[in-house]
Amino acid sequence: MIATSLSSVLLREEVSAPLELLHAPNMDAATLKVRNLNVHIGEQSILRDVHVHIPSHKITCIIGPSGCGKSTLLKTFNRLLETQPGARITGELLLNGENIYREGVEVIDVRKRMGLLSQRPCPLPMSVYENIAFGCRLHGTRGRRKVMRKVVHYLQATGLWDEVRDRLHTPASRLSIGQQQRLCLARGLAVEPEIILADEATSALDPISSRIIEDLFLRLRQQYTIIMVTHTLSQAVRIADHVIFMYLGRVVEEGPASEVLHHPKHKLTQEYLSGSFS
Amino acid sequence: MRLKLLEQKIFRILMIGASCLVLGVLLMIVYALLRRGLPALSWEMITTVPGGGFYLGKEGGLLNAIVGSLMIMAGATILSLALSVPVVMFLNLYLDKTSRLAYLVRLSFDVLLGVPSIVYGAFGFMVMVFLGLRASLTGGMIVVSLLIFPIMARAMDEVAAMFPKEMKEATLSLGATKFEMVRVVLRQIAPGIATACLLSVGRAIGDAAAVLFTAGYTDSIPTSPGQPAATLPLAIFFQLSSPVPQVQDRAYAAALILTIIVLVLSVLSRWFAHKYQKNKVS
Ligand SMILES: Nc1ncnc2c1ncn2[C@@H]1O[C@H](COP(=O)(O)OP(=O)(O)OP(=O)(O)O)[C@@H](O)[C@H]1O
Ligand SMILES: [Mg+2]
Repeated sequence: MIATSLSSVLLREEVSAPLELLHAPNMDAATLKVRNLNVHIGEQSILRDVHVHIPSHKITCIIGPSGCGKSTLLKTFNRLLETQPGARITGELLLNGENIYREGVEVIDVRKRMGLLSQRPCPLPMSVYENIAFGCRLHGTRGRRKVMRKVVHYLQATGLWDEVRDRLHTPASRLSIGQQQRLCLARGLAVEPEIILADEATSALDPISSRIIEDLFLRLRQQYTIIMVTHTLSQAVRIADHVIFMYLGRVVEEGPASEVLHHPKHKLTQEYLSGSFS
Repeated sequence: MRLKLLEQKIFRILMIGASCLVLGVLLMIVYALLRRGLPALSWEMITTVPGGGFYLGKEGGLLNAIVGSLMIMAGATILSLALSVPVVMFLNLYLDKTSRLAYLVRLSFDVLLGVPSIVYGAFGFMVMVFLGLRASLTGGMIVVSLLIFPIMARAMDEVAAMFPKEMKEATLSLGATKFEMVRVVLRQIAPGIATACLLSVGRAIGDAAAVLFTAGYTDSIPTSPGQPAATLPLAIFFQLSSPVPQVQDRAYAAALILTIIVLVLSVLSRWFAHKYQKNKVS
């Protein structure tokens, strides 16, 4: 029963999402290098000596027990963490070789180059259409026609178009949670980022909706670099190309999924993967 | 055990008594208004301005005061909104929670809220004398907008402070500046703003002291912002001090009109709040 409805959903998805329409940013998707990153909030040290290298056109999964600093790391990528009172960030974060924490870098530009998808979908208090148009306009798209074309385009890309085409002007808060999450993804894509950051983007979703998002990520990988935090190991096994394992604010192990997930070198990673702690 | 029961009983009686008292006072006010105001209320009363012998109980109506009050209320609300929206957005989006400036501004709201309306009136009057201005519609609007500003700003500040952190982060993540975020915040707190407006228009339309010297009183409907304007609270005040019983009855009619306007406004703003509630994300 579930299997058939799942496949029918996926099938509809395939038909409704002509992804080749998606114009990728002209350059190759971005790479991200983190060097010697340290984060403190107040007196507390949250991230210590983080070194990671995130490859382009890959899905990088960040895994690790609760409270180890995954969300914090993700928020340092788009410089959202510094809006937190008391946060201190040191180290280098190279986006395509350029340090985004260098003085003189526009924070707004950095944020536009990343699309962050949070754990719980957070639609803006406006209509479905306006939610995406808001991002388009921030990105400099002007004119009703052009905005409408983009809205349709990104709704199709996230497979939401068929479900919402008749209610573009109803409040976004009326959509189901799964639909809201895809709307947030569409909204994030509409600012035409190079990297997608997803913080447990499927944890509030039912299995079918999370499969839809996973499937979407697998296809978006052709144009974007994707970094996602996940608590579901099976999800990491399904979609990760590259895996980062964190523990107590440090990166313990990092590498291709096949190595980290199937032949972990570090003892902590082995324990985590075998479920000795969570 | 007995004592406990007795205690409960006493509290019950007290609570019921207090509730009845409140309801009773309300009913008495409504009864008094209807009893004396309703017979004096006529079509003429709400569609004509005072005639020659109006203040002796002869022909004419209160249209001048109705229109004047509505104009001053609308003008003051718009002015006050134009002042409080930027202030509240600045407090909540640009300043830290721990900011000294934010603390001082919020403190000044509280102080302003405590200032009696006659003081606003006197202050406005002083400024107008200094500038050589006569009592006028504009003067009334400005002083009443000052009077309601702290009410509006505080109510708005309270709802703006509840703007969800997640939504703030979601908006910033899209690359929005703080200024671009204002739109999102305003959408989210629209029902709160409507409530804030309601709280303040009730005050704006009902206050006599603030408009006494600043808007003045006249028997005609003002046709330009520089002319004086009559208001319902002053219409009540002047007519109630008349020795003629018919004129006194008209004061109750004016009070009834004022009450009905406030009632209609509150229903309207509830409807408005409900309409915008649907966009709100909880
Ligand atoms: N504002 C803050 N002030 C102080 N400490 C904080 C703050 N935000 C997070 N922390 C701490 O930082 C550490 C990492 O938090 P983070 O949210 O990054 O963990 P996480 O790996 O995402 O956990 P989860 O899997 O539960 O989401 C935690 O120990 C947390 O208590
Ligand atoms: Mg987290």
